[in-house]
Amino acid sequence: MSRRVSRWALAVPLALTLAAGLSGCGSSDQAGSTASSPGSSGAGPTTLTVFAAASLTGTFTELGKTFEAAHPGTSVKFNFGSSATLAQQITQGAPADVFAAASPATMKTVTDASLAGTPTTFVRNKLQIAVPAGNPAKVDELKDLTDPKIKVALCAAQVPCGAAAVKALDAAGLKVTPVTYEQDVKATLTKVELGEVDAALVYTTDVLAAGDKVKGIAFPEADKAINDYPIAALSKAPAAELAEQFVELVLSPQGKDVLTKAGFQAP
Amino acid sequence: MTPTTTSTGRGGARRGPGPVGALAGRTPWVLVLPAVLGMAFLLLPLAGLLIKAPWPTLPERLAEPQVLEALRLSLVTATIATLVCLLLGVPLAWLLARVAFPGRRAVRALVTVPLVLPPVVGGVALLLVLGRRGLVGQWLDATFGVTLPFTTAGVVLAEAFVAMPFLVISVEGALRAADLRLEEAAATLGASRWTIFRRVTLPLVAPGVVAGAVLCWARALGEFGATITFAGNFPGRTQTMPLAVYLALETEPEAAIVLSLLLLAVSVIILASLRDKWVTSP
Amino acid sequence: MSLHAHLVVARPRFRLDIDLTVAPGQVVALLGPNGAGKTTALRALAGLTGLSGGHITLDGAPLHTLAAERRPIGMVFQDYLLFPHLSALDNVAFGPRCHGASKSDARRTAAAWLERVGLTEHARARPRQLSGGQAQRVALARALAIEPRLLLLDEPLAALDARTRLDVRAQLRRHLAAFDGATVLVTHDPLEAMVLADHLVVIENGAIVQQGTPAQVAQRPRTDYVARLVGLNLYRGIATGRQVKIEDVLLSVAEHLDGPAFVAFPPAAVALYRTRPDGTPRNLWQARIEGIERHGDNVRIHLEGPITASADITPAAVAELDLTPGQRIWAAVKATETHAYPA
Repeated sequence: MSRRVSRWALAVPLALTLAAGLSGCGSSDQAGSTASSPGSSGAGPTTLTVFAAASLTGTFTELGKTFEAAHPGTSVKFNFGSSATLAQQITQGAPADVFAAASPATMKTVTDASLAGTPTTFVRNKLQIAVPAGNPAKVDELKDLTDPKIKVALCAAQVPCGAAAVKALDAAGLKVTPVTYEQDVKATLTKVELGEVDAALVYTTDVLAAGDKVKGIAFPEADKAINDYPIAALSKAPAAELAEQFVELVLSPQGKDVLTKAGFQAP
Repeated sequence: MTPTTTSTGRGGARRGPGPVGALAGRTPWVLVLPAVLGMAFLLLPLAGLLIKAPWPTLPERLAEPQVLEALRLSLVTATIATLVCLLLGVPLAWLLARVAFPGRRAVRALVTVPLVLPPVVGGVALLLVLGRRGLVGQWLDATFGVTLPFTTAGVVLAEAFVAMPFLVISVEGALRAADLRLEEAAATLGASRWTIFRRVTLPLVAPGVVAGAVLCWARALGEFGATITFAGNFPGRTQTMPLAVYLALETEPEAAIVLSLLLLAVSVIILASLRDKWVTSP
Repeated sequence: MSLHAHLVVARPRFRLDIDLTVAPGQVVALLGPNGAGKTTALRALAGLTGLSGGHITLDGAPLHTLAAERRPIGMVFQDYLLFPHLSALDNVAFGPRCHGASKSDARRTAAAWLERVGLTEHARARPRQLSGGQAQRVALARALAIEPRLLLLDEPLAALDARTRLDVRAQLRRHLAAFDGATVLVTHDPLEAMVLADHLVVIENGAIVQQGTPAQVAQRPRTDYVARLVGLNLYRGIATGRQVKIEDVLLSVAEHLDGPAFVAFPPAAVALYRTRPDGTPRNLWQARIEGIERHGDNVRIHLEGPITASADITPAAVAELDLTPGQRIWAAVKATETHAYPA
């Protein structure tokens, strides 16, 4: 009797811990990828954990495969998300090896905490006007977005694409009242894809990734609000050596090739 | 927070306050230990918020007009959403519990879909139906010039969509537990089906309706995913507290904590006072 | 206000098929064992259970075509089914309200009815604050407050304890006497049926097996169930003159009749002997004691043998005869104490 009871007593907290862990990674796929525990003792770690801005999802996944092919036996795990969230996770002690951010500001939180060396800008991203296929509201230039009949979605100013939009509109001296400030660039793009808005300001790369459903319109003021993407190996990286090698791959001509094909610009 | 539905008035209450006296004595720690762990599991994150809160700057942060605007919007939309849920959900629960129609089991399962659907997906689904180019939305736009996304009404819709299953499940459970023969007794006294529902069924399941409405309101108040997807985020119009919290997290985690605490405090106060008024009294 | 009904309710493993006639002011009791179909019959009259066939007419107008809420009936349920959220007064006022009375009129009617059943001071009480007897009276007042033309009572006293039952039965009897419509009462308690009803209808397995006045039924049971209810030993046999042959036993009886017949006699008429008695000619047979149990002030002995019978004897006699189960014994009944009638 007493033995059975004590077994239950152990099982219950264990179940709770498991449940807590599961609910943690359900939300934004973060906790699972932090498990870059050192592998076999002699050979060094074989798992590389990369925290990268959501806009890098396609390109970095591809580069990760390239990296794994070049380093047999290693596996690359990604945690894609909002740069601000990722920076927070890193400062809270998430065991990441590499951080690639969508804005210098978010990278700064990490470098300010002395958690990374000097970052390198590896790509730049420019805003475009995204309109639904067919461009129903006949949007041609940035000025058209000031028309109150045209529904516009912008990213919230708190996230990089929103900050860039503010900068571009300020530079053009235009005041746009959107119907919504979206929480991230993907959500903004979704509104365009579904035709809920007539136009939105998003990154060139996102327009490209969305395919036929969205059309991108370049505008000159975008040059005033170019977004730099910094990358850095983290100083507390569990897999420091692999981290350096991954950053090198991203900066290499091969990496540049993958990134520019997706719409990024070389710095 | 969730009030338990006590079977007031159906004989359960006749037996007095409960079996405490008869079973006094050993407290089964097999139950107490997990109970305490469960409590800690639920309360510790709350304690974390309280500990990390920037108390010195709290008043000035709370005084920001955007904060109060978001809070007001949250309370208003959650309350209207709850009313919408009551208006539609109680009859739906009645239909599911009392009327045998083909496909009832399937409908019952489908009604709970918003519970398992990730709210963001729910928001997209709403857009596909009620959006400007949605199946129904298109028609609404063409006929009445009404578009729901990015409006406060859209927030209410998104919240009601996500919260209604809580009400329906709670009320349907109460209806199934209620004694059908009381409705028969009412029929023999000359009551029409509507009178029976209004004067017998509804009062009998009132505790279940209240419990469901409270759950529904709480869920609507905390709604994030479906709201931001369907209604977007615009201060004063569609930016509810959870949206404000989420965006504050991007740049100012401390502000997010303040907003969360405010939302928590307000909802706890409202629910606690409701509980005293409705749930504990017979 | 007379009720004529032919009730047919067909279910997969059960079929109710009975004819029922109730005159104005008459109380008819449906008596029968559990599962006989009494309550089903009552529910069919109320419109709570659909008819598979037959008809119901009340005062010449069809009733079975109306929904339950349109029928001019009042029903008292076995456990009363008072609305727990309403006061006694509002429970009684519920019916008049549904029949279109204003709130104040309905309450006035209800108050008058509560006064009639002696519950004026409990008007504001919730059902759970009422005793069983009080709840029963509220239920009766609620049913009568809509001035029904047909009153249906489903085991109205079954939920009461023995002491309360006597009181409530007496009151119920008074109220039923004052009611000028037709009343149908369902019960499994023969005493209740005999006290409250003018006419008994005994149902077994969905069909009527016997009906008549309480006295007729009590005197001349026609099924084992009824015989047990009224406490008689009952046999079916073939009569020739003053003798009835029941299987292998020939019983002498007081009446003269021929053909299929019933013979009934009370357990108290059975005398028991350890050895074969001599003397006066009696119906005599040898039996085996199957069981011994208390029965009121006496002891009831269950006898197996050529015929099954119960015998009631005094405890003193049990001691004197030193009776034990399994024992063989002689049983005798005088012909004058039997009652024979055509089957």
